[in-house]
Amino acid sequence: MAGLRVLGVAIRREPWVFTVATLGSVLFGALTVADAWVLGWATDHVVLPAFRDGEIGAGALVVVVALFVGVAILRAVGIVARRLGAGIMQYRMEAHDRRAVTRQYLALPMAWHHRHPTGVLLSNANADVQAAWGPVAPLPMAVGTIAMMVIAVVQMVVTDLVLAVVGLLVFPAVILVNLWFQRVTSPLMTRVQELRGVVSEIAHESFDGAVVVKTLGREAEETERFRRRSEELRDVAIRAGRLRAAFDPILNALPNLGVLLVLVVGVARVLDGTSEPGAVVTVAYLLTVVAFPIRSIGWLLGDLPRSVVGFDRVRGVLRAEGGLVYGEDRIATTDRPGVGARLEVDGVRFGYAEGSPVLRGVTFAVEPGRTVAVVGPTAAGKSTLTSLLTRLVDPEDGAVRVDGTDLRDLAYGALADAVAVVPQTAFLFDDSVRGNVALGLDVDDDAIWSALETAQAADFVRRLPAGLDTELGERGTTLSGGQRQRLSLARALVRRPRLLVLDDATSAVDPEVEARILGALRSAPDDRSDGSADRAGTTLVVVAYRRATIGLADEVVFLDDGRAVDQGPHEDLLARNAAYARIVTAYDHDTEPAGPTEPAGTAEEALR
Amino acid sequence: MSGTTPSAAATTGTGRARAATAVDSGEEIGAIATIRRGVRHSPELVQGIRVTLFLAVLSTAGQVVVPVAVQQTLDRGINAPGGTDVGFTVVMALLAAAAVLLTGLASYLMTHRLFIAAETGLSSLRVKAFRHVHDLPMGTQDTERRGSLVSRVTSDIDQVSQFIVFGGVLFIVSIGQILVATVVMGIYSWELTIVVWVCFAPLFLSLRYFQRRLSAAYGVVRRQVGLMLSAIAEPVVGAAVVRSYAVESRTQARIDTTIDTYRAAAVRAQGFTAVSFSLGGISAGLANAGVIVIGVWLGLAGRMTAGEILAFAFLVTLFVGPVQMGTQILTDAQNAIAGWRRVIGLLDTPAELVDPGPDGAELPDRAVDVELDGVWFAYPGGEPVLRDVSLRLAAGRRVAVVGETGSGKSTIAKLLTRLVDPTAGSVRLDGTDLREVRGASLRRRVVLVPQEGFLFDDTVLANARYGDLDADEARVLAAAAEIGLDDWIATLPQGVHTPVGQRGESLSAGERQLVALLRAHLADPDLLVLDEATSAVDPALEMRINRALDRLMAGRTAITIAHRLSTAENADEVVVVDAGRIVQHGPHAELVEVGGSPYARLHASWVAQRAPAS
Repeated sequence: MAGLRVLGVAIRREPWVFTVATLGSVLFGALTVADAWVLGWATDHVVLPAFRDGEIGAGALVVVVALFVGVAILRAVGIVARRLGAGIMQYRMEAHDRRAVTRQYLALPMAWHHRHPTGVLLSNANADVQAAWGPVAPLPMAVGTIAMMVIAVVQMVVTDLVLAVVGLLVFPAVILVNLWFQRVTSPLMTRVQELRGVVSEIAHESFDGAVVVKTLGREAEETERFRRRSEELRDVAIRAGRLRAAFDPILNALPNLGVLLVLVVGVARVLDGTSEPGAVVTVAYLLTVVAFPIRSIGWLLGDLPRSVVGFDRVRGVLRAEGGLVYGEDRIATTDRPGVGARLEVDGVRFGYAEGSPVLRGVTFAVEPGRTVAVVGPTAAGKSTLTSLLTRLVDPEDGAVRVDGTDLRDLAYGALADAVAVVPQTAFLFDDSVRGNVALGLDVDDDAIWSALETAQAADFVRRLPAGLDTELGERGTTLSGGQRQRLSLARALVRRPRLLVLDDATSAVDPEVEARILGALRSAPDDRSDGSADRAGTTLVVVAYRRATIGLADEVVFLDDGRAVDQGPHEDLLARNAAYARIVTAYDHDTEPAGPTEPAGTAEEALR
Repeated sequence: MSGTTPSAAATTGTGRARAATAVDSGEEIGAIATIRRGVRHSPELVQGIRVTLFLAVLSTAGQVVVPVAVQQTLDRGINAPGGTDVGFTVVMALLAAAAVLLTGLASYLMTHRLFIAAETGLSSLRVKAFRHVHDLPMGTQDTERRGSLVSRVTSDIDQVSQFIVFGGVLFIVSIGQILVATVVMGIYSWELTIVVWVCFAPLFLSLRYFQRRLSAAYGVVRRQVGLMLSAIAEPVVGAAVVRSYAVESRTQARIDTTIDTYRAAAVRAQGFTAVSFSLGGISAGLANAGVIVIGVWLGLAGRMTAGEILAFAFLVTLFVGPVQMGTQILTDAQNAIAGWRRVIGLLDTPAELVDPGPDGAELPDRAVDVELDGVWFAYPGGEPVLRDVSLRLAAGRRVAVVGETGSGKSTIAKLLTRLVDPTAGSVRLDGTDLREVRGASLRRRVVLVPQEGFLFDDTVLANARYGDLDADEARVLAAAAEIGLDDWIATLPQGVHTPVGQRGESLSAGERQLVALLRAHLADPDLLVLDEATSAVDPALEMRINRALDRLMAGRTAITIAHRLSTAENADEVVVVDAGRIVQHGPHAELVEVGGSPYARLHASWVAQRAPAS
């Protein structure tokens, strides 16, 4: 049974905690029996003699109190051991799986992430893990009570074999009911788990898009969408609940019916002399004793279908394969930070989906220390190109090389040591400003401040309540888009990369600030020069539309429809490429689109 | 995150007044109040509660009757003093079997009814809470982690339903059993009944203390869950950044810390639970000892027989079971109530953007004039972003709002579209305060296109139709052609049927903005507010879109917030915002002439940018 396999995993992984918890449970069970024994002892040695003799010794009373309280305290110890042990076991299992699942999230490639909705991944790491290990909590209790059951069954068999067999009919009945219950609820529980995921996904998406929902007044439609799924969840839960409502009373009734059956059969046997009345009483009593354990095992089994579903969903993530394979190479001269690297993009093809290529053979090279602007119309494949440069994805064909080494041959971390990217949409961690900029890099505050200065972020960081130590909250929601972009830029700069890739990374920054950033970037290589004039500064690849950014570049690569259609200095491209000219001079023409051959520059000359 | 109480937040004043409210944590609501108010929010929970309670009584009675019947059959049937009494045994066994079946039926019906009541009530609570999140002002939504908001409509509510269905029944049954056992014990001996209650008194009295400690411990657990979920989201949402900076191990370490802190907190709470639960057992030991000792003393005084003492000792076990069950359930209840509190706290958070509903004013079906009157605005716990801003814009004008990053211009866009309400002062369209305009009317007439135009995980077509649910595919295609996006749609692999992926991430940032613009255009507003809506679109396409929008918005009001000053050059008037105040307002040609003015400076750097650096 799949459910028992899940429990087996838990026992194998935490054998010691399980043993302690189970011993606690056994101690508890044994002392429950001891309670009855103490009562019997007190009856025989205290109560009856007292009534017989008409007096009572203080010593006997002390012994009675000591026995009762002693047993109670030991039993309390058993309870604490069992429950605490079960808790430790359950939470350790959860923590273990959460670590394993998030490790997978970190290891699996971007392509895998693109295929899996955020809501599902979050629920895999939380609700599913929780469901998987839920039954671990009642497990030690169930195992402990099985021990009690075995003792009771042996006693029954020894007392009267026939009556024991009659009474033990309860067991197969309980197993059948359990099997039935698991069969009928398993699909419903799977559906409930799925719908919980769906409902949570809708809430996530809808709250993420709150601005759009609000501005277009679609609250009612969104609520309707949520309501439909929520009501579906409700209906399936009620159907599962109905089965559960039947399961528990049946489980309760079976031992009672067994006892009654034993009584009726017992009467017949007493009449024809095959059984003693005392034997009937003993078997009936023992059957009531095992009634409770049977129920607790039933509860455990009742939780198993849900557990199996969660377990399988978690396994699904853990079994997912893929991940980038790293080579062993390092980029030469990485001991000299900030020294430009040579970038080579060679016949690169790439597409996210079969049959719709985004890049159809892009080739260009950037010499060390040079700055290249990648310009192209919307959806030309510019951002995809930056993902290839930082090896978020690998090309289907062709290669990307840094200083002559194919990115696929680089050891883990070697690329990040040399190349930094600032994405179009900044992502900040739920951490301090310092944590977000340094990101684990061992740098002093001076270096961080200097990176913040270059990124034009120092002023607003200084104004934050705790400066570098200000916590930014989840995804930095406390900051504006432009501020987030500048922190993201500082994060790249503090690493003094040899190749810096900016993917339209200043789009949310106003022109004045942007101008200062670009100025600082341009002058930065000179600052770090230690006198050797032949040293080239950071190689810079910028995706940009703005003329100032383009003007900063030594060269422009014009990307159109997935191909690098032209490369050369801005002025040359402006003169020879009409499509390029149309894009970069668009702002210069107030009313009508520029003719492709219209000389650039006149408009701004006029404005100056 | 908690702090601000609704009443404090509601106090409006002049000048620098209250900041937007944070989402209420609900931590201040007492347990009883939580249940009372929770029931008021979900009346379905108590629908038909009398029948359910009647069934509960039946099944409780059954739980007591069945063991007693079995006991009687044994004592007076099989073990009868005068030999086994067949007739009595069989009759009793049949009666007991009938009782067993009746108890089972009652308990089935009761649980089934509870499931229906709980799931129905909580499903509607879930929907209500979901809607409430959308009704909160943006500033308030932002005070809470997304995951935490989501959990208030998912796991918090699941917890309540689990508790009501499983704990709720058992709790009622346990209380019933405790009462029945007390009455039966009282019949045997009131003195010993008092002894039993005295032995359990410390337990009952310490319950409050333990509940408080437990509640605090579970409070810590919930907070840790929140932090853990936020950390777990990072490798999912920030997957690209984590990879490109090769900070997997650092990210993992941070996640591991939150996972372990959560585990430790949960184990600690579990330890508390175990200890508080074990106290019941010790009380039971004391009670047993007390019954024997006092019973013997009473016996010696001639007021009890040995048989009565032993029968009483048996009754004590019937009392102890439900007491332990009841305390256990009270403990579980702490967790459920904590979840319920958070949902109620959410519903308590004032939806400041209250829609006046049918009583509200309708905006006229024409271009509207816009007026900001002494407007102040601050985000929760923050400095004012806008300080006493007053502005009048005539109907049908094309206005550009410019200013440095962080000057407050995006906040103006949010105020104009009532994403937030001003902290003080008022925003009026066509002379009517936005707070008095009917929500439906406002959303039909006024549309904002934000910089990051969120897309739903659906097709381009479905996302565009979000602006006009009545539009068919032909209308969407026509609208795309009107703003010059037909060429772009032709390049998509499946045209308008191309899926955009979650959050639209299968499209580029520029493309997402195009879909958002198309969506807004389909909505056909009388006041269009563009907040950096084309920042990631290439200049040629941007200019083409702007020209198309100018044409389409002719005679209507359009307000554009932009970094690229080309928009300002073409606008009828320009508003310059600096440090939360409006510092300049007028036509471009006029403002640019004012030497040394903020606008002249901004424009100079724009012109310098446009020119290739030389």
